[in-house]
Order: sequence, then structure tokens, then C-alpha cells
Amino acid sequence: MSTSAIARFLDGDVYHSFKNSPVAVAAAVVAAIMVLGAVFAPWVAPFDPFDLKTLDLNNSLLPPSWTESGQAAYPLGTDDQGRDVLSTILYGSRISLLVGVASVALAMVMGIGLGLLSGYLGGRLDAFIMRVADVQLSFPSILIALLINGVARAVLPSDANIDAMALAVLVGSIGLANWVQYARTVRGSTMVEKSKDYVQAARVIGVGPIAIMLRHVLPNVLGPVLVIGTINVATAIITEATLSFLGVGVPPTSPSLGTMINNGNNFLYSGEWWLVIFPGSTLILLCMSVNLLGDWLRDALNPKLQ
Amino acid sequence: MTHRHTRSAILLAAALLVTGVQAKTLRTADQGDALSMDPHSLNETTQLGFTHNVYEPLVARDAQLKPTPALATAWKQTSPTVWRFELRRGVSFHDGAPFSADDVVFSFQRAADPGSDLRGTVGQIKEVRKLDDYTVEMVTTVPVPILPEQITSLYMMSKVWCDANNAAKPVDKRKGVENAASVRANGTGPFRLRSREPGVRTVLVRNPQYWGRIEGNVTEVVWTPIGNDATRVAALKSGEIDLMQPVPVQDAERLKQDPNLKVLQGAELRTIFLGMDSKRDELLFSSVKGKNPFKDRRVRQAVYQAIDVEAIRARIMRGAGTPTNLMIAPGVNGFVADLNKRPAYDPEASKKLLADAGYPNGFEVKLNCPNDRYVNDGEICQAVAGMLARVGVKISLEAESKATYFPKILSRNTSFYLLGWTPTTYDAHNTLYNIMATPQGGQGVFNLGSWSNARFDELTTQIGVETDQGKRNAMIAEAMKIHAEDFGHVPLHQQALAWGLRKNTSILQRADNIILYRTAVVQ
Repeated sequence: MSTSAIARFLDGDVYHSFKNSPVAVAAAVVAAIMVLGAVFAPWVAPFDPFDLKTLDLNNSLLPPSWTESGQAAYPLGTDDQGRDVLSTILYGSRISLLVGVASVALAMVMGIGLGLLSGYLGGRLDAFIMRVADVQLSFPSILIALLINGVARAVLPSDANIDAMALAVLVGSIGLANWVQYARTVRGSTMVEKSKDYVQAARVIGVGPIAIMLRHVLPNVLGPVLVIGTINVATAIITEATLSFLGVGVPPTSPSLGTMINNGNNFLYSGEWWLVIFPGSTLILLCMSVNLLGDWLRDALNPKLQ
Repeated sequence: MTHRHTRSAILLAAALLVTGVQAKTLRTADQGDALSMDPHSLNETTQLGFTHNVYEPLVARDAQLKPTPALATAWKQTSPTVWRFELRRGVSFHDGAPFSADDVVFSFQRAADPGSDLRGTVGQIKEVRKLDDYTVEMVTTVPVPILPEQITSLYMMSKVWCDANNAAKPVDKRKGVENAASVRANGTGPFRLRSREPGVRTVLVRNPQYWGRIEGNVTEVVWTPIGNDATRVAALKSGEIDLMQPVPVQDAERLKQDPNLKVLQGAELRTIFLGMDSKRDELLFSSVKGKNPFKDRRVRQAVYQAIDVEAIRARIMRGAGTPTNLMIAPGVNGFVADLNKRPAYDPEASKKLLADAGYPNGFEVKLNCPNDRYVNDGEICQAVAGMLARVGVKISLEAESKATYFPKILSRNTSFYLLGWTPTTYDAHNTLYNIMATPQGGQGVFNLGSWSNARFDELTTQIGVETDQGKRNAMIAEAMKIHAEDFGHVPLHQQALAWGLRKNTSILQRADNIILYRTAVVQ
């Protein structure tokens, strides 16, 4: 992006509306802090909780540092394996964000591709894709994700690297469970766009259908998709947390936020509140800020509200 | 379905009128479900314990775990290799068919099927002969002095019913073999199976025609698996259930202080241990190619000495476990206190052993672990993974539900695993024979890493036939010593039993963790 592009952005409607929306600014700040914390976890976090060598059972279940028996080295306490809760949250958010963003990207690519084909070509292909979408839409996406997850685990060889495979399976199952929304939105917009003059003009001068879809239609249908995508990042993070909470997510030795909440849940009645409160609050904050940003983006990109 | 329900309801009502008891429901929860209702499909306490309420063996166990007559009224050894059993007369299965010698012959055949998980139990039985309708003889390959104690978890099924329901072969989860016996049941026990929703709930109702005395007052049992610790505790606290096990170790103290609840605790005879594949020439699921580090005694010792069981006892089990160096618990015949001294926890020694064995930088291997079978099993495996990481053995941990875990490891699709075992005979031979001896026929069915030692196998065979208690125990001690010195497995601890109950409920707690609903009283 050149300097003039940045200047144009700063001068434009979107930035103007951002500046004037305190909620969006606050959400962006919170989200930015969390994303930065997650991305730079190896440098920010006091410990590496995924490095099993560093865990010491004798440090397990320490309360947060400000309580009576807390230790300054572990500001938010430790879990039952002796992991520093703060570091685990930072590393865990990393997994949650990675899965969230990657699965949305996968769903978007699939959804946009199928939606463009469906909307632009129409006919039997359109009918087929949309009926598949209808069927999938009639099931809650968490069920679909569970199904894909279960099948993938049964089919894939079990001697592969568990951590990497668990992540790939999670991204795949959440992505495949969520492509329908994008496909339907893109299909609708494509059908509107394809009858417009500029598309007709492109067709007349002999541009091929694929080039028309990608170069001419796609940029014009992308707005709403980006809004859905932003909001869906939060949903995908929650889906990942749910799957990990149910025990079919990442392995317990490299916990995500959902795994941490699941683990903390076991201690709900025994007084170790910090095991569930901190990862739970992090998840809420993360999803809420991303959601608020998505809401703002929806309003900002909606021409009717301007 | 409705019709059958109505009929059993009428029968039940009639029975209640006669005996004058009120209908009482016991609502109970366990951390995991039985994987099948077929009593020959998995040699696991949860499954055998639950189905024991529906099915019965020839010889059962009393409150002190001593053998007691059940479907057999008397037994004697007529020659060193022949045992004769007199069967109980007038017993009928839940469908009304009479119980007879044909069912016994059939049940033993069924349990000896390659698909059965109880083939270790019947491994030494060559033939079961029917003498008349109420007498059978069992011929063993070698003299088996404790045969009656060995068959207490082998339950009798109806030949006619199994044939009619295509259930003549056992359910085999490893091969995906399922049949009607998985979801329906027809036993002789004090309860009949009314409905079965796997993983959701299983309902038993009292059998009004039961031949024996039912000590408790429960007429219906609703059994629900609740895997999540906090949910299980919440269900008990809120009064949604009357009984649950295990009580999460972190919650035991608080539950005891609750005026509406009580916690039954006791020592369990179960030993939790780790097993390693010491047979394959190339270790599966590992970074090591072309060889198998676990074949080397030094590597197994390194694993042993890298694990701080004391920390596991104090932190993961919160004191509710007893570290052990033996594969059997105190209370099991053959336990030798002198041998129960663990080599010290010593990560440095462990690193040195690994270096000597040619793995100065350690290696990677996968550890298979259940997360809903034993007390804090998943947490124990995580702790073990951490401790091994410190000496250079990098573990990728696969912790999963026993529904997928057992079929996997029983197919020996594992390099490193965690298992628990209670010898159902309360005698060391059961553990030696099933868990530690070289796999061969019925022997070593659960020796999933195939540790093997010729002298050990010889001793196991001799212990099986020796009648002199002194000589026998000396041989058990020798075998235990060989195994411990060769680090055949890594025993961790004996876990403690903890059942949570509402104050108005009482039940017999047996040290084998089998819950007999006929002993339950709900006020």
C-alpha cells in the first residue's frame, strides 16, 4: 500500500466512521492487545507452557499472586499440571486465533468460490450447490463440525504428528461447517452484479467467464463477505473452544482456551476458581471485541446508513 | 415395546403387592458408560460390574470377596484336571426359559471365542462337559487349583436366547462386531435390563422371579454416564442422582462436609501402570526408525526412574493413591511387601541410562491414554509426559474416551499406554497370567506391549497348578522379582475408591469397585 493509499484511507468514510465510534475504537484496542499478546506469546509470556520440560507438578494449583499463598512468578496462578495460567492463556489464545482465522479463511475461499460459480453460471450446478447448502444449513454448524471431526479422526492415520493434525482437523471441520453463509451471500450479489452493464460490457469484449468472475464480479461482492467473515472469526473461536471443551479439539498438552476452560470446569466445586475464570474472561473479551468490530464494519460498509 | 413395558410393569406391581415393598428408584452415575451389555465383550470392571446386576456367574463373591455359590451350588475337584459343578435348580432367565447345563456349556464356549475379551479367563479350560441337566464338568489343560475363583467374572447367558438373537458370538469392538447382546440382555440376575441408550442412560428393573434374596429395597436403577467431574458433582449435590463414582479427588473433602451427602472411601485393588511395546523390531508412532528403544531394559528403567510417583500421588491424586512397585495391590494374594520398594525417582540416572542405551538426546513416542476410565487418568498421563520430557523422551499424548481407547490398544495399536488392572481372583496369578506373561492363546491377552521372559512364563504356568500355598507364594515372589528387575511394566499406584452418595442412600462398597444394586437401600 502506497502512502497515498494510506492517506486516502485516513481521509475516507470508513476511517472517519471508525474515529467517531468509541465502541469500535475500544474494541479495536482490546482486540489488538489480545492479538498482539497471542502472536508474540513466545516473547511476552513468562513461561512456555507447551514445553513439557518446564512443568513442575510441585507448582501445581497455585492461586493468583495477589492472594495469600500466591507466588509472584505466577501472576494468574497455575493449573493442575503446574502451568502458568497467564502464559497458557497467551499461548492458548494463539491456537484459538489461529484456528478461528484459518477456518474462516477456508470457509470464505470455499464459500466465495462456490457462490460465484453458482450465481454466475446458474442452472443445474447452481441448483445442486444450493441444495447441498440448504441441507447443511438445516443442521447446527457445531454438529457438522463434530461429524467432520469424528470422521477425519477415524480416517486419518494416527501416527502423524498429533498436534499438527489436531489443528488441521479443527480448521478443516470448522471451515467446512461454515462455508454456506458465504456461498449464499456471494451467490445473491453475483446474480445482481452479472446483469449489470459493466459485466455485459466485459462479456461483449470477449473476457472469459473465470476472468469476469474473479476480476469484475468478485471485488464488487466482497464487502458483505468481509463483514460476515469478521463476525465469524468470533463464532469460529467459540466453536473451537466448544470442540476442545468437548475433548475433541487440541491435545491436552497444548491447551487452547477451550481446553483450559474444560479443565478448569473440573475444579468448579473445589475452590480453584482461577482455572476457569481467567481463560473464560479472555474468551469473552476476545469474542466480544471481534464481534463489536464486525458490527461496526457492517454499519460502516452499509451505504444505506451513510 | 410399550406392550412389553406394560407387562413388566404389571409383573413388577404384582411383585410389589406380594412383598409389600415400595417402588424405589436408585439414580446413579459413573464417569464412563459400559461399552456394551455383552458380558463377554470387554474384561473391564465398569462393564462387568454393571452387567453383574443382570447376569450371574457360577461362582460369585461375597462382601469380603470370598467365593460364594451363585448359579452353581457346589463344586469339587474330582481329579487334578477336572472340576465338577452342581448347578442351581429352579433358576430361570429373564425371558422365562429355565437355566440348565446347556447354557453353561454354551457360555464357556462363547467366552472362549477369539472375539471374546474373556478368553484369558477360560484359557486353561479344555472342555466343559454336560453330565446331566444340572451337573457340568470342566476339564483343564493343566491342574488349576483355583478354578472356581478364576471364573467369578464369567457370566452365564442363555443358549436359546443367544441363538435366536444372532448373538452366539461375542461383541468384538476391535473388529466392529456388534449384535443384539450389546443393547439387550437376558440374564438370571436380580435386575433385568429395561432400556439401553448407549452413552445416555441405562435402566434396570428388579427381577421379581429372582432366585436369591435381594437385600436392598431398590426396584429400579437409572444409570447415567457423566464424564465431566464438575457436572457429576453438581448432579449429586442438586439431588438429581443418589450415587456416583468416582468422586473427583479435588472434591472429596467438600462433599464430606455437605450435610446431605456422604463419601464412601476404601482401598481399591486396582493397580495403575504404564506398558511399553517391547516386542516389535521397530517402534510404531515414534521418531526412532529401524529399532525399538523399549526393547532395551535400560530404556524401560529410564522411563521408570524419570517418573515422580510421589508428586503424582500428592498433586494429581491429592493423596488418594498408594505408589507401588508391584503390579498387584496389598490385599491380593501373593503381594510381597519386601519387593514393594520403588527404585528412586532420579532424572539424572534416567538420562544416563538413555545415553548408555544410545539415546543421549532421547526420542519421541506417542502415549495412549484413556480420559474417562481411571481416577484422573488423563491428568496422570499429562504429568508423565512432562516428567519424561525432562529426560529427553518427548511424548505426544493421545488422551481419549475409553470407547475409542480400548479397541485401539487391545488391537495392540500402541507403543506406550496406561492401563489399570484388578485381579478378579484376588490372586497374583490372574495378573501374572493376563498382564505380564508372554501372549500366547489365552495367556497374556492384556500384555499389550508383549514383554516376555522365559523363566517368568515357566513360573506362571507352575503357579497356576501348584497347590502348596508356601511354594506357590515363593514362586509368585520370584516371578514378581524377575518382572520388577527387568522393568517389564512401570507400575504407578493403587488408586483409592471414592463413591459419593446422598445421606438417605446406602450400599455395599466392595474393594473391586463392583456396584451391586441389590445391596442398595434408598430411604
